[in-house]
Amino acid sequence: MNYIFYFLIVISIVVGAINGKLSDVVNAILSGAELSVKVAFSLIGIMAFWLGMMKIAEKCGLVSLIAKIIKPITKRLFNEIPEDSPAIGNIAMNFSANAFGLSNAATPMGLKAMEELQNHNIDKSSASNAMCMLLAMNTAGFQLIPATVLAVLIGIGYKNPTEIIAPTLLVTTIAFVSAIVLAKIFEKFWAPQKKDGGEQ
Amino acid sequence: MFHNIMQIISLWALPAILILILTMGLAKKVPLYETFTDGAKDGFKVAVNIIPYLVAIIVAISMFRASGIIDLVGQVFAPILSKFNVPADTIPIMIVRSLSGSAALGVFSDIANNLGPDSYATKLSAVMVGSSETTFYVLAVYFGAVGISKLRYALLVGILADFIGIVAAISVCNLVF
Repeated sequence: MNYIFYFLIVISIVVGAINGKLSDVVNAILSGAELSVKVAFSLIGIMAFWLGMMKIAEKCGLVSLIAKIIKPITKRLFNEIPEDSPAIGNIAMNFSANAFGLSNAATPMGLKAMEELQNHNIDKSSASNAMCMLLAMNTAGFQLIPATVLAVLIGIGYKNPTEIIAPTLLVTTIAFVSAIVLAKIFEKFWAPQKKDGGEQ
Repeated sequence: MFHNIMQIISLWALPAILILILTMGLAKKVPLYETFTDGAKDGFKVAVNIIPYLVAIIVAISMFRASGIIDLVGQVFAPILSKFNVPADTIPIMIVRSLSGSAALGVFSDIANNLGPDSYATKLSAVMVGSSETTFYVLAVYFGAVGISKLRYALLVGILADFIGIVAAISVCNLVF
């Protein structure tokens, strides 16, 4: 991440200078910073709502019930996490919400899962294997119906917009499965976490 | 058919989850209102926690996009990618879709509006945008929420999977359309 951060900023300045777009690049700092706060603040309401609902789901045992149902799968993917941890239930709900395109609900559920994974984490400043797996599942963006894309296609008068659903689903499944497999491979070969901040 | 069923499920998924959570909570005698407000308190905290991580990533990406480097990279790769039947217009999407969801959607809308429903570029970009998630944003939000700055292999997995997704999109679209 250190290198990416350095690379993105320095290369933007250098290329921007060559392109004569340096003032645009500098202005992007302000607009980017403003956008970040806007994004964060726009999350507050919906985040509060779903975190509230998830608390009820957790207290009444719904989350651990879901965790039990999908245990055969999660046991393999998240082998460091105790099977009955509420993290597993939250991960399952995060995945389902993503699959149905409910990203507003998926993010709070995923963050709740992250919080619980952090409780099991031996080094609170670095990502555990379970977290990397959850992120792999989320960054691959598995979704059954690409609703926004369909809306654009319908908007331009695409005759048969549903014909892109199957190819999209196939591609997203390939990416999703590869992400999980890659995460499993890296888990084996990457330097393991050390207790409390020893890494790097 | 599949599309209609999915639409109904998408419409009813949220209401059904809410009914399920509240009914089960009531049945188990969980104090609904208190528990809800107690959990909801964290909403503000989480949103504020992720701000530093979002600022880092969104500012860097905004600068990157403003520098014009994406067009430049596009020009470099266009001759190679055209061998795989990839229209030059769709190349910015491949670069931008891991960085910014709104930008990817913007480029896709431009392609769709300018080249029309029958063009291959519209179909390919639709599949590429529809099958992706904004990797950098997701990493910033999820790790930001718990205060983790050492990502280990999470970023690498995300980028590699995005790359595989692009290759898969090109191959599948070549076969199907």
